Amino acid sequence: MAVYEHLYGAYEGESHTPLSRFLVIPRYALREVFKSKLFTTIFILCFIYPLIATILVYLHHNVNALALLQINIQELLPIDNSFFRTFLEVQGGFAFILTVLVAPPLISRDLSNNALPLYLSRPLSRTEYVLGKMMVIAFLLSMMTWVPGLLIFIFQASLAGVGWLWSNLWMAWAIFAGSMAWIILLSLLALAVSSLVKWRVVASGALIGLFFVPSAFGEIINNLFLTRAGHLISLWATMNSIWRGLFGLFERQTGSIQGTVTNPIYDKQFFNIALLEPPLWASWLVVGIVCAICVWLLSYKVRAYEVIK
Amino acid sequence: MTSVIELEKLSVTFGKRPILKSLDGVLNGRAIGLLGPNGAGKTTLIHTLLGFHPPTSGTAHIFGQDITRDAKQVRAAVGYMPERDSFIAKMSCVHFVRLMAELSGIPAKHALERAHEALFYVGLGEARYRPVDSYSLGMKQLAKLAQAIVHGPKLIILDEPTNGLDPPTRSRMISLIRQIRDGGRARILLSSHLLRDVEECCDEILVLKDGYIAANCNLEEERKANRKFIELETRSGNRAAFVEAIGALGCEYALSGERRIKVIMQETTEISDLYRLALEHGVQIRRLNFKRDSLEDIFLKAMENGNGRAA
Repeated sequence: MAVYEHLYGAYEGESHTPLSRFLVIPRYALREVFKSKLFTTIFILCFIYPLIATILVYLHHNVNALALLQINIQELLPIDNSFFRTFLEVQGGFAFILTVLVAPPLISRDLSNNALPLYLSRPLSRTEYVLGKMMVIAFLLSMMTWVPGLLIFIFQASLAGVGWLWSNLWMAWAIFAGSMAWIILLSLLALAVSSLVKWRVVASGALIGLFFVPSAFGEIINNLFLTRAGHLISLWATMNSIWRGLFGLFERQTGSIQGTVTNPIYDKQFFNIALLEPPLWASWLVVGIVCAICVWLLSYKVRAYEVIK
Repeated sequence: MTSVIELEKLSVTFGKRPILKSLDGVLNGRAIGLLGPNGAGKTTLIHTLLGFHPPTSGTAHIFGQDITRDAKQVRAAVGYMPERDSFIAKMSCVHFVRLMAELSGIPAKHALERAHEALFYVGLGEARYRPVDSYSLGMKQLAKLAQAIVHGPKLIILDEPTNGLDPPTRSRMISLIRQIRDGGRARILLSSHLLRDVEECCDEILVLKDGYIAANCNLEEERKANRKFIELETRSGNRAAFVEAIGALGCEYALSGERRIKVIMQETTEISDLYRLALEHGVQIRRLNFKRDSLEDIFLKAMENGNGRAA
């Protein structure tokens, strides 16, 4: 088929491999995402904290610089599991902001423009379509969580020596696993919301609401019933528990309430209530359940045509 | 030769409602028309062939490949133009068509070239850098056709391609479809409830009614067969001797009322033979019609066929 001949002809050239065909969706979507100046600015801002962390690691190992600045940064901020956990928490927050900006139109735009029959009439399955859309979020979030996290870890290892590397190698796994858990949860939730809500603003609002409203309810439950079980409905708290667990910083008892009550029979009675965080397995279970619900929702909504039974 | 579409007891049920009921048939036409009243199952059949709905029982083959087992190969060989508006928002038409080409397996560089070619082919060359959402209805239909043909599929499935088009755009669409058909590089499955569109483009039709096949016929053969049927209206003369003489020529005949005679002509008989016999027996031939079933006749006959089970 040539432009000037205006004739219809079959394509007889080479074809994509199935993998590169699957990468077409994220490639086009990322190109679209980076057209927005607002997004690009925020994306660049997300690298400020990794840059600060890198400088801190450098200062830790540079005696001259420390002497010049007259600070004892080694006591002030040790490069240990707390350092990397804080890194993950900060970058996790930025990851959430980016997801709110990028994810809402990913599926909803295709649904409102009836584009799914076009995608799914190609050699592309529904799973591949969803994975392709997930790749967009996963790529952006990886760029700001585990990729810089591992780079800082490698930088620290190169300065601290092989001994430090071997004794702290587990932290590399914690950085990767903690980031991936957050990325999978965020991207599945965001895509599920995108498949349910057609309007971008409403979808963004719904995504923010899913994180903040249950957190508020969780705190109310905690304060009313003197417990920490309310953290189970807060995705922030659940993820924090998981991160603390991965970095070996998880403690079940995070506080206690002491006081006295007046009993007509026994007079005064002292009480001491230990505030126990939900066990780690419960946090993983909550994340697993949320992800499973999102997968179910996506499998229900992402169809070429809705079938009314 | 491998058939284009082969239906093997294909049934599709939504919930408890059967939509397609044990469809059987082989379709081989260059352009196959899919006809039927609303709710007959045309769109469901198309969606099932594309793998959007799993068959409840039975299966179908497209160019010998099973629609369930070889779904990806089938979809790589098929181009689909949906009935409703379908596009990707905030994307220029050339990028939209290029994306569709890449999803079909064409590498990025060739995909862009093919997208330009397809858009020139359908007549959107000058408007190819405009976003699809800014197009008129007719342009959107042409853009949908472009994305359906960009990867050079072996089978192009067109669902109501002339819906909502003005007469010039409709005739452009029809001429494009005929051009593709006559090019012989792709087969066409055209679903429409406009009989005229199907009659102009298709050489084979499949009529669905209530989820059954009500008719499946080759229009070309049907037209050839119809050329043999003649209906005569006669006056005066020796009518009995005249029909006897027609019978003596080897033609079958049937009397219809007092004046009408239906004749099935033999290969060797000519119309002039009938006039000669009429002259010999003093019969006036007032009217002579080639009894030709139009697509409308075929469609209506199929619709009259009880619950549609008769093929």
